[in-house]
Amino acid sequence: MINKVVASVDEAIKDIKSGMTLAVGGFGLCGIPENLIAALVRSDVKNLTCISNNAGVDDFGLGLLLQQRKIKKMIASYVGENAEFERQMLSGELEVELIPQGTLATRCMAAGYGMPVIYTPAGVGTEVAEGKETRRFTFHGVEKEYLMEHAFEVDFSLVKAWKGDTMGNLVFRATALNFNHVMAMAGKVTIAEVEELVEPGELDPNFIHTPGIYVSRVIQGAVYEKRIEQRTVRPATTA
Amino acid sequence: MLDKNGIAKRIAQEVKDGYYVNLGIGIPTLVANYIPDNINVVLQSENGLLGMGPFPLDGEEDADYINAGKQTITTLPGSAFFDSALSFGMIRARKVNLTILGAMEVSENGDIANWKIPGKMVKGMGGAMDLVASAESIIVAMQHVNKAGESKLLPACTLPLTGIRCVKKIVTELGVFDVLPKGGFKLVECAPGVTVEQIQQSTKGKLVV
Repeated sequence: MINKVVASVDEAIKDIKSGMTLAVGGFGLCGIPENLIAALVRSDVKNLTCISNNAGVDDFGLGLLLQQRKIKKMIASYVGENAEFERQMLSGELEVELIPQGTLATRCMAAGYGMPVIYTPAGVGTEVAEGKETRRFTFHGVEKEYLMEHAFEVDFSLVKAWKGDTMGNLVFRATALNFNHVMAMAGKVTIAEVEELVEPGELDPNFIHTPGIYVSRVIQGAVYEKRIEQRTVRPATTA
Repeated sequence: MLDKNGIAKRIAQEVKDGYYVNLGIGIPTLVANYIPDNINVVLQSENGLLGMGPFPLDGEEDADYINAGKQTITTLPGSAFFDSALSFGMIRARKVNLTILGAMEVSENGDIANWKIPGKMVKGMGGAMDLVASAESIIVAMQHVNKAGESKLLPACTLPLTGIRCVKKIVTELGVFDVLPKGGFKLVECAPGVTVEQIQQSTKGKLVV
């Protein structure tokens, strides 16, 4: 039986080299690979290009890599909650490419589906379209312009799942699914950390999100802080 | 004149039974509070949820359950989770019936600017460009004028664009406006206590009364 379990997160990331491109799962702080990020913080890699929807907060998530100046370029859709990010971006230390969220997700998807490009209407007529090839298509009876966007070339994807088996099959929980599934599919090498690692057969094959064929390495995360970014509750008196 | 909740309440009247609706951050989020009880609407959150429920009770919040504004949320019977690519797939495929979002500027041909102010820290467009490029129906909820008192309904946007020729309807504190297919803001109704003259004075783009 194929076994993709590695002994430690540090071993899992040991062949990630400076200058490589990583896709890092999560939306805000929800579903981020906390333990793999911690291992990168401990490592001596730098000059990374990180593809991730957001850039963490100052003291958590990708913000920890920013603190260590390990990220050279950030490709994201929204980076609002991080003062160190802002400082590095304004000083020119950090290169930032902001792209529409759906384009970000679909460029990951395209990589995992083996399609070099996709066409999307997002960004037509805006600065996102500058320098990009466009084509007009009639789709569902409507003719409009589309931008050609390339599949990402991802050296390593770092994702976090709820459950995974030793063959790398992954199941995600609630909105922590977000970018994790498509990023797991996008990596030349995909490393998945899971909250619960189980034996083959324990996950129902009907309910696998990411088949293990896409996953190179799997490891159970040691601890999960699962920090909440915007804790919002309703009063007990209303429905 | 409408306050923020008044704008949200007015927009809620545009939501029809059976609609799948995406609500942006700010005033659009408030629309959920005014959807009539007698219609069934499913809220889409682009981070991967259909059937967004209310905020959780204190102590019941779960880090894995958030909305696109990163707030803790709950689900409802019939909710579904999905990944980010699928989320924007259903948006591009026009399965989401209505998108409600805020704006900094709207032009009389329906262009929208809502993500970037040159010279200020740019946070990013998030999913806004995808939503406006594909949504069948887009309603903008915004204040009629900016903090400097200048009209946000313009002949042409001055800020970097989020999308082109996409806004169909605008609700501000002063009234409700349809963006005409050939250009121009058609005054549909004045907010309570607001005169046509007031609206004319506050609208720089072509106003059709």
